[in-house]
Amino acid sequence: METTATPEYTFKDFASDQEVRWCPGCDDYVILRSMQKALPEMGLKKEDVVFISGIGCSSRFPYYMNTYGMHSIHGRAPAIASGVKLANPDLSVWIITGDGDSMAIGGNHFIHVLRRNLDLNIVLFNNEIYGLTKGQFSPTSLVGQKTKSSPYGNTQPPFLPGELAIGAQARFFARIGGNTPKEMTDMFIKSEKFKGTSLIEVLQNCPIFNDGCFSKYTDKAVREDKQLFVEHGKPMIFGKERNKGLVLNGLKLEVVTLGENGITEADLLVHDAEAQDPTLHQMLVRSEYPLVTGIIRSFPDVTFEERVTELTAAVKAGSSFAKTDDLFFSGETYEVK
Amino acid sequence: MIATKTKQPKETLEAVVVRFVGDSGDGMQLTGTQFSDTSAMFGNDIATFPNYPAEIRAPQGSLYGVSGFQVHIGSVEISAPGENVDLLVAMNPAGLKTNLHAVNPGHSVIVDSDAFSKKNLEKAQYESNPLEDGSLENYHVIEVAMTSLTKEALKEVEGLDNKSITRSKNMFALGMVYWMYNRSTEHTIGFFNKKFKNKPELIEANTKVLNAGFYFAETLELIPNSYTVAPAKMAAGTYRIVMGNTATAWGFLAAAEKSGLELFLGSYPITPASDILHELVKHKHFGVKALQAEDEIAGITSAIGAAFAGDLAITTTSGPGLALKGEALGLAMILELPLVVVDVQRGGPSTGLPTKTEQSDLLQALYGRNGESPVIIIAASTPANCFNYAYEAAKLSIEHMTPVILLTDGYIANGSAPWKIQSVSEMPEIKTKLIKEAKETWNPYDRDEETLARDWAIPGTFGLEHRVGGLEKNKVTGQVSYNPENHEHMTSVRAEKVKRVENYIPKLKTEFADEGDLLVIGWGGTYGTLYSSVKELGQEGYSSVGLAHFNYINPLPKNTEEVLKRFKRIIVCELNTGQFASVLRMNFHGIEFLQYNKVQGLPFGNSELIEEFKKIISK
Repeated sequence: METTATPEYTFKDFASDQEVRWCPGCDDYVILRSMQKALPEMGLKKEDVVFISGIGCSSRFPYYMNTYGMHSIHGRAPAIASGVKLANPDLSVWIITGDGDSMAIGGNHFIHVLRRNLDLNIVLFNNEIYGLTKGQFSPTSLVGQKTKSSPYGNTQPPFLPGELAIGAQARFFARIGGNTPKEMTDMFIKSEKFKGTSLIEVLQNCPIFNDGCFSKYTDKAVREDKQLFVEHGKPMIFGKERNKGLVLNGLKLEVVTLGENGITEADLLVHDAEAQDPTLHQMLVRSEYPLVTGIIRSFPDVTFEERVTELTAAVKAGSSFAKTDDLFFSGETYEVK
Repeated sequence: MIATKTKQPKETLEAVVVRFVGDSGDGMQLTGTQFSDTSAMFGNDIATFPNYPAEIRAPQGSLYGVSGFQVHIGSVEISAPGENVDLLVAMNPAGLKTNLHAVNPGHSVIVDSDAFSKKNLEKAQYESNPLEDGSLENYHVIEVAMTSLTKEALKEVEGLDNKSITRSKNMFALGMVYWMYNRSTEHTIGFFNKKFKNKPELIEANTKVLNAGFYFAETLELIPNSYTVAPAKMAAGTYRIVMGNTATAWGFLAAAEKSGLELFLGSYPITPASDILHELVKHKHFGVKALQAEDEIAGITSAIGAAFAGDLAITTTSGPGLALKGEALGLAMILELPLVVVDVQRGGPSTGLPTKTEQSDLLQALYGRNGESPVIIIAASTPANCFNYAYEAAKLSIEHMTPVILLTDGYIANGSAPWKIQSVSEMPEIKTKLIKEAKETWNPYDRDEETLARDWAIPGTFGLEHRVGGLEKNKVTGQVSYNPENHEHMTSVRAEKVKRVENYIPKLKTEFADEGDLLVIGWGGTYGTLYSSVKELGQEGYSSVGLAHFNYINPLPKNTEEVLKRFKRIIVCELNTGQFASVLRMNFHGIEFLQYNKVQGLPFGNSELIEEFKKIISK
């Protein structure tokens, strides 16, 4: 990579000349704009940014970004992105995926990319439905949900993306409502800064096939009462009145009211996103009231490429092979005259 | 399962030499006799059983106490119990030391690793453990803890003393060899029943150990090296013995160095291709990036990512893996990125015969993808030229910006042969299509007029940001296009690009005769046997039989039709039911192609081919 200064960009520099073709009112527009706003803040050169997607509505994303990009095949973006990153670790590589793309057809790549921990960023558009194929249930659809392929109600229990991801050793997991662009922009920047695979689950409303799927948590009117937006090092407080909080009661999270029964802020859990032990992070992921958003887990760990680089350097240092000829002519050879 | 009564097909293995060596008390004579008896009953034309010299009852573990038995089996006349041992089974260090010289480099040695104790090594006058000091690097060494595995297998058999337990480990070795050479255990189990009529515990113990060895070899998918070297004249130079899979790996190392690209391998373990992965992971000192992926699909897709970012990207697999990679290969094709897929063919369909050889992936390679999806297909034909064709696959892929499938097979991949070492400086240039800076009006799908290859603009390059994808793309900009005429245009351009590769590959050659009565056609790993068969015919006076062996399958060499027309009859010999013959028929109308096919998981034998060719000529 050249070491020339990074130019000053605006969000317009990251918009491609392609017309955006998502349905009107889709949260995907919010995600796109948040990303285009976040990128100028990251200190990256445009040519060093790569977006890789699979298949689905979300996966059209790279076409709309004026960076390098690949719209690949269903479910495989994590593996393709891993190849890009290993080929050139200096690149900022982003995986754009949906709930079906990442957890159904691409489930294997999804868990293994998290396990390996390359310095990649994954944005998971979760709308609990298949949009591009027009309305079948997805691996995050709820039991009982009526869809094109479950007219009498879905009978397959859903994955919770965060639970699956942390189970697969995700070091960074964040969740964000699809209608909060400011927080989302900030989260993209933090995700880029994090060394390791970061996963951001966006609760993305699909106005056509699953309208309102998250509105009980994300509607402006209820958002503050139903969501706890966690921040590392800060007490877990939520509610319009900022008077609700979380405490640990035995092995369960419990909602308490500040000022009742002598509860003060000092009694509340303080969020430790960087803890290696993911137990509490899993509890936060599973909580339905409040629904927890924000960076739930951000555990700094050695990345895969750091391990590879270190090992390669060690092998190189201990090897007498500089060129392939050294290898070919080494060991047992013989002459024919 | 093993003791089937059905008559086995006649074996056509040519001259396999197996030698069992161990301590006088290890029962090597018995083991050897059982193997030769079973082989004779199996239907080998000739099986000779020369007793290998042995000292009687010398001190245990000593060099002069080694007992051995050599079995020489084959379908051609075996003249002398030669030194060319294909498989040595050594039950202790002394046996290894005294017999290793007889083993052809590159061939297999099975050792009982439990016997390589400090004491035994000293008795055999080894200064260091040969299993650890690298002195066996030219052999395919299979270390098996036979003593402990035998003990484990007999844990539950009652009434056995320690000595009987340890003594039956020779049956473990025999079981392994039976599996490797496709022999049934039936005869030997019958032998136990007779010999130990009044000792049921010994019948049980020996049968158990024999089966344990058999299943152990099956589980490990052990493959013997049965490659026979074509008796060609050797040019002067420096040589070494290479296995086909190693040569393949090295060909890619050479191509990476020559092209100035870094080598990326995305792969998932599969028999018989895993050795390419094993070889390349060793070479981190050359900056090789090898990712053992979570599955076959991640193997190829990670390679596609690496190709997009500017590496020489390859993925290695065998038939079932190629099936899994199909969709991704189509992606690489429409992206028009360089990528090499190595398919080390094995017996199919499905899991098929993983350790056996076959040429039945040809049509899968040609057509095993959705849509119109042509790729370059080439095939190596000897263990040594796996090096050249791996190099060629990389070169064609990089220069023509399209995926290449390199076909090898279990026979040449696990076979060893002398390789005249080629320095990278002697290899042809590889010119990449990388572009370093933006031209004024650059588009991702601008093409070279001659080859139709597009530019390779990789992430990190200023001003060339662009998007590619699996959707059909506009012929100039690469943006998504659903335009009907554009799709038809792009389909034909992608086909034409592959077709034009014929201008960059060698013409088809004929050997032994340039015209005449019969043209023998083969492709890929059958070359050695076809060559020696046609040669032998020539020595017998059949001078109008020619051989044309194909290494380039798609596109075919430009002069193919012209060569075909010089012969009265043509026979296409393949280890499948006629896949290449059907490709030739499709390409060359009005020419009759006879077929000789074999689908037994085994290579051709000389005698069957010669017999067939004579039959045709005499008609």
